[in-house]
Amino acid sequence: MQLTGAQALVRSLEQQGADVVFGLPGGAILPAYDPLRSSSLRHVLVRHEQGAGHAAEGYAWATGRPGVTVATSGPGATNLVTALADAYMDSVPVVAITGQVPSALIGSDAFQEADITGITLPVTKHNELVTRAERIPAAIAEAFHIASTGRPGPVLVDIPKDILQATMTWGAWPPALELPGYRVSTDPDMALVREAAALLRRARRPVLYVGGGVIKAGAHAELLELAELARAPVTTTLMARGAFPDLHPLALGMPGMHGCYTAVAALQEADLLVALGSRFDDRVTGRLADFAPGAKVVHADIDPAEIGKNRVPDVPIVGDVRAVLAGLTESLAAMIAEDGPTDTDAWLSCVDGWKRRFPLRYTQEAGGPLKPQYVVERLSAITGGDAVVVAGVGQHQMHAAQHFSFTRPRSWINSGGLGTMGFAVPAAMGAQVGRPGELVVAIDGDGCFQMTAQELATCAIERLPIKVLIFNNGFLGMVRQWQELFYEERYSEVELGTAIPDYVKLAEAYGCLGLRCEAADDVDMVLEKALATSDVPTVVDFRVHDREGVFPMVPAGRPNDEITLGPEFSSEEQQAATRREMPSAQAGQTKGKEVLAR
Amino acid sequence: MSTRTLSVLVENKPGVLAHVAGMFSRRAFNISSLAVGPTEDERVSRMTIVVDGASTPVEQVAKQLDKLVRVLKVVELDDHAAVQRELALIKVRIDPARRGELLEVATVFHAKVVDMSPQTVILEATSSPGKLDSLLQNLERYGTCELVRTGRIAISRGSGTITDRGLSVLAPPAQEAAEAV
Repeated sequence: MQLTGAQALVRSLEQQGADVVFGLPGGAILPAYDPLRSSSLRHVLVRHEQGAGHAAEGYAWATGRPGVTVATSGPGATNLVTALADAYMDSVPVVAITGQVPSALIGSDAFQEADITGITLPVTKHNELVTRAERIPAAIAEAFHIASTGRPGPVLVDIPKDILQATMTWGAWPPALELPGYRVSTDPDMALVREAAALLRRARRPVLYVGGGVIKAGAHAELLELAELARAPVTTTLMARGAFPDLHPLALGMPGMHGCYTAVAALQEADLLVALGSRFDDRVTGRLADFAPGAKVVHADIDPAEIGKNRVPDVPIVGDVRAVLAGLTESLAAMIAEDGPTDTDAWLSCVDGWKRRFPLRYTQEAGGPLKPQYVVERLSAITGGDAVVVAGVGQHQMHAAQHFSFTRPRSWINSGGLGTMGFAVPAAMGAQVGRPGELVVAIDGDGCFQMTAQELATCAIERLPIKVLIFNNGFLGMVRQWQELFYEERYSEVELGTAIPDYVKLAEAYGCLGLRCEAADDVDMVLEKALATSDVPTVVDFRVHDREGVFPMVPAGRPNDEITLGPEFSSEEQQAATRREMPSAQAGQTKGKEVLAR
Repeated sequence: MSTRTLSVLVENKPGVLAHVAGMFSRRAFNISSLAVGPTEDERVSRMTIVVDGASTPVEQVAKQLDKLVRVLKVVELDDHAAVQRELALIKVRIDPARRGELLEVATVFHAKVVDMSPQTVILEATSSPGKLDSLLQNLERYGTCELVRTGRIAISRGSGTITDRGLSVLAPPAQEAAEAV
């Protein structure tokens, strides 16, 4: 069958099982938009290509399937770069298809020409400039294969306009993949798994240090089984929130710079870390040399290059973390049958004591300024954790990650590695496309929101009823917090102001429901109204306290032992925390204030 | 400098060098030298990459190289178990009266004279990196006026080859030819 390159492209996407593409047409990609009209693909017309990229990411996070984004050459393609870099850092499967100027013009500084394969080389798992129309089906099939297997990531396919217009012979589907150098080692070495299980059997202070790989591998059930069998506490990184239920007795919460005290302290005191699909990121380890100094390390990851990159493990395991977890459970069960259960009682009572004594703490005073943590906790309570929560980057992101009580995987979406402000609204849009009928809530900062707010128009027109909760403190809040702590309160260019824009009017201008909430007493009512609105997107302008910081905190580049609990704790408590003191019997509740703690 | 030598088999396709060089740049690894050329199989190119072993995490470099989709095989060649060569062309400005002296040095290092003008001599030298360095040191006193030097190439001694294993991942050439028809 003779097809144009453009028809072959659309047909390949259909054959590949893509159901939706996020994009915006332009000159070089025009040929592809013609066969798109009569295809089975849903095209979501964004207002800016960065929005398309993040939407593809949100779709992938929410569904586990690769998100697809399409843009034209030059500026269309360069506008995707931030989203591709974001997807690369967070291992999100995204397939980006860009138009390119006609082959004969490449290199001539033609109109809307950009060397997008060159530009995206360091931020994609792979990319390719297609030079023959016959190559299109295999290039697309390979892109999906590479994006979604092994450690997932973004793949860009750049197709010149003349190649889209050329005719080619459509052959059998699937086409043969020409990837002789692409290998994925999914099967772990069982001897190493048994070695790891033996360490776990003997460990007295183990911690399961769980990263985003566990969610990507769909291994949450296996994780729960292992944790309960080993009776080992579990910490879930920013990328892994939801991999383990927060209300489970073995849950420690999030580790790292703004992690829960108990998670940070447990890692420091551990005698064994079992790192599962996690990568010893600097935001988790603090100063690397001082991280978990007494721990043996088992490191399981699908990406061999992650093993030993930052911390040299005692037991390195390359493989699919789901298979690793299943193997660990099987081996450990056999060892327990032979030698009796693990001995972690003292350890579990120690971490429980820390949890009670040094919880996440903030104070929402009646009639006082609205605290962002309170809004998150109310959202968590009202939804019962039954929501897909999407965040941008900054204080609101940390408050959401800390205070929302996650119950299941793929209910938390954010920009972890790259830290992309403006991620939330378009990612929520993509998540809503991928999970229609489910509640998708973007928790966003006022700074972040203004970077990609134009996608509200897309959401309104596409009838995607996302809820956007703006935590409006009138500041680039996280930057302000750093200036407060590390620049002696010399605030430099961080004040945005709360009044401009008027977020309610802005929402209405975009065809959304706009609400405002300034008092804690109104939070439930406003949230319920937002959650009940299912015909249009909703934007809520929460006027939150502008002095509220994110705590606990480990200053950047400092050892995790220097964790600061923050202003809600007395200096005696801070000292006790620094000594990692075991709690006394009556410790826990405090001080006449209404203390809200997980 | 303690150098380490990586032999890298890559698909002979456009953009592969950029992928390899880009990975080094992105990960802040330094390349001491790089040589690329064809192999006995036209679908495959071979890169010989030399890095400074003291400042570079060589294991990590090898793993990151291996992750690149167009990279077929990465092998580290042990200095003692491999033949290593570099080629240099050296233009030396020299008074005709001292030419004989220069040619003596050249003979000792098995360098050939490939061009001569009244004021200059061009030497061609192929040798192991260390020997080449000492030749250059010996030429310093004459005033080398231009030097061009290739990256190192290296091949393991003995009967084993990396291409045997590296090429096994490719479809046999016959099948490729059939597809092309």
